[in-house]
Amino acid sequence: MSEAVLHDDHHDHKPTGIGRWLFSTNHKDIGTMYLVFALIMFFVGGAMSMVIRAELFQPGMQYVDPQFYNSMVTVHALVMIFGALMPAGVGLANWMIPMMIGAPDMALPRMNNMSFWILPFAFTLLLSTFFMQGGAPAGGWTMYPPLVLQLGDGLPYLVFAVHFLGVSSIMGAINIIATVFNMRAPGMTFMRLPLFVWAWIITAFLLIAAMPVLAGGVTMLLTDKFFGTAFFDAAGGGDPVMFQHIFWFFGHPEVYILVLPAFGVISQIIPTFARKPLFGYTSMVYATASIAFLSFFVWAHHMFTVGMPLTGELFFMYATMSIAVPTGVKIFNWMATMWKGSMTFETPMLFAIGVLFMFSLGGFSGLMMGITPVDFQYHDTYFIVAHFHYVIVPGIIFGLMGGIYFWLPKWTGNMYDEKLGKLHFWSSTISVNILFFPMHFIGLAGMPRRIPDYSVQFADWNAIISLGGFAFGLSQLILVWVVIKCVRGGEKATDQVWEGAHGLEWTLPSPPPFHTFTTPPEVTDATAHS
Amino acid sequence: MKNNATKTAKKLGLVAVAMFGFGYLMVPIYNVLCDITGINGKTGQIAQSQVSVDDVDPNRLVTVEFDTNVNPALPWEFKAAQFKQDVRPGEIAEAKFVVENKSNKSVVGQAIPSVAPEQASLFFNKTECFCFINQVLAPGEKKEMIVRFVVDSDLPEKISTMTLSYTFFKVLNEDVAGNAQHETANQNNG
Repeated sequence: MSEAVLHDDHHDHKPTGIGRWLFSTNHKDIGTMYLVFALIMFFVGGAMSMVIRAELFQPGMQYVDPQFYNSMVTVHALVMIFGALMPAGVGLANWMIPMMIGAPDMALPRMNNMSFWILPFAFTLLLSTFFMQGGAPAGGWTMYPPLVLQLGDGLPYLVFAVHFLGVSSIMGAINIIATVFNMRAPGMTFMRLPLFVWAWIITAFLLIAAMPVLAGGVTMLLTDKFFGTAFFDAAGGGDPVMFQHIFWFFGHPEVYILVLPAFGVISQIIPTFARKPLFGYTSMVYATASIAFLSFFVWAHHMFTVGMPLTGELFFMYATMSIAVPTGVKIFNWMATMWKGSMTFETPMLFAIGVLFMFSLGGFSGLMMGITPVDFQYHDTYFIVAHFHYVIVPGIIFGLMGGIYFWLPKWTGNMYDEKLGKLHFWSSTISVNILFFPMHFIGLAGMPRRIPDYSVQFADWNAIISLGGFAFGLSQLILVWVVIKCVRGGEKATDQVWEGAHGLEWTLPSPPPFHTFTTPPEVTDATAHS
Repeated sequence: MKNNATKTAKKLGLVAVAMFGFGYLMVPIYNVLCDITGINGKTGQIAQSQVSVDDVDPNRLVTVEFDTNVNPALPWEFKAAQFKQDVRPGEIAEAKFVVENKSNKSVVGQAIPSVAPEQASLFFNKTECFCFINQVLAPGEKKEMIVRFVVDSDLPEKISTMTLSYTFFKVLNEDVAGNAQHETANQNNG
């Protein structure tokens, strides 16, 4: 936050003190708060995963009791998804979208403030359950009944936390759509929008459609537990499997809510460092939209083993496979963008290429599990843990980190330390593969997920995985150091920052003044997206 | 410009509210789908008058196996009097079950039926069943209960065996739930 103090230049009037942050309606400040919050949550959730890996380092019970282990698994997921990934995406959107479309700020700045400040309250609710009778949620982040209903005093806190998070992200999504639809600079037509903006419009629609369904589902849990309804209670005519349908109707679009903003970032980074315009802009937009649309028709592939009729399993298998087509379009477009480009490999580009490789790897194991008959073997083993961590960590998180390196010089006015950035990338990439790749092997060999102990045959791989995990966790401290160092000073960044950067945000000074584009710029083909 | 943004936001807010409603709408959709397709092994309920003797297929016998479960929350013992029974499709058959309250408290239970394979559940109809109502057992009470059922003669040829499974659950929140809810429960599961 000291960048604000250091670069308080020109006639840049901004509020001072804590009030600047508490009552902020400025998209840049709110974006910063989102990103800082996400980083803190990334370490909170990361600390929990360190507990998990420490316990799994050796077979047998070492450090924690099984109930607490289950809480770690459950809350790690909730914190990472709702506390780290989603706020980081919204933070980037807040910072970049108004600057990319030539708007002075978000369309609804007060709502913007509210949607951020709900988050700390929601996570206070969630994390306070650790100190309650019955402990923190331990039934898995998917909150399946009847298991989740056995949670003690924490259940209403869990449900209300999810409600708050839903409200926050829906308000954020509404704000983004309202901004892009109404506040684009003259000449900034929809098909001239940078792909990051497109990715976020589509994500925002997914959020508005999916989050309320989750809110409905958890409300049913709450009324089942406390108000005598029987939505998921077989004795009252309900069905616990129905919760899984409701949950995954939200849950699968949620996967794309997480990944599309990262895809958007990649679509900005690759053309910049390949020094070529993005290959197949239009097809990128349509591919992103079709991924989002299809994501509403594949939810039951998360529950192939609940006993669905064959036709249902076939439908969800084919629908799942079909998502690989638009995803493939995106991957090949990125590759074609790099083809014959004059590429340089600064840290953001390294992260982007890392995403291409490792997200695709996670995508392929996803395709494997999309095949119904083989899913029966992979279901609830470490194979699925390997799959979704590959798409989330070196896929989404690397994408978001690439975005942070990409725009950090723009935000702070200083270049980050390239050597440290590269060190961060390489140590993360090596350790993340040591961490997650062997999980494929032990998963195929039958090690179940969410269990604190395991058969001794898995001991060697688990020890290696844990070492990879600790190394990955430590590597992230480099990121914190890079960010702090960059905020405090360093080589001055130019307005364009990167040689191949195109777009409105790169026409602004680095760092941009507190208020930008108070008079909208005129957008032509030359100044439009890269 | 501000005005337009507020308008967009209001419209999107309505969409969010509608999607919240859709979450709840999935409940009846789910039940209807299960009824139509027989997913989940949900069985049908018909009145005795709907059964006509003309439908009886004299040349065919179908084996119905019985399976009984008790949810751990319910301190009851629940057994089928017969392991299996051969029935003629179209004919009303009767099966007996015995249930005993092992606790020293009066307890209300509700049995939930399910038929496997799922395709067969569409052709399995009950005219009378202990699962149509809550069962109240006094402390230590032992009770014999019956189910009368008809296997539809349209049952596909390839199905020769089916399993009728019951799980007894403890009825929670009796005071809150009252009878109305259990009637819905019966309609859903009947």
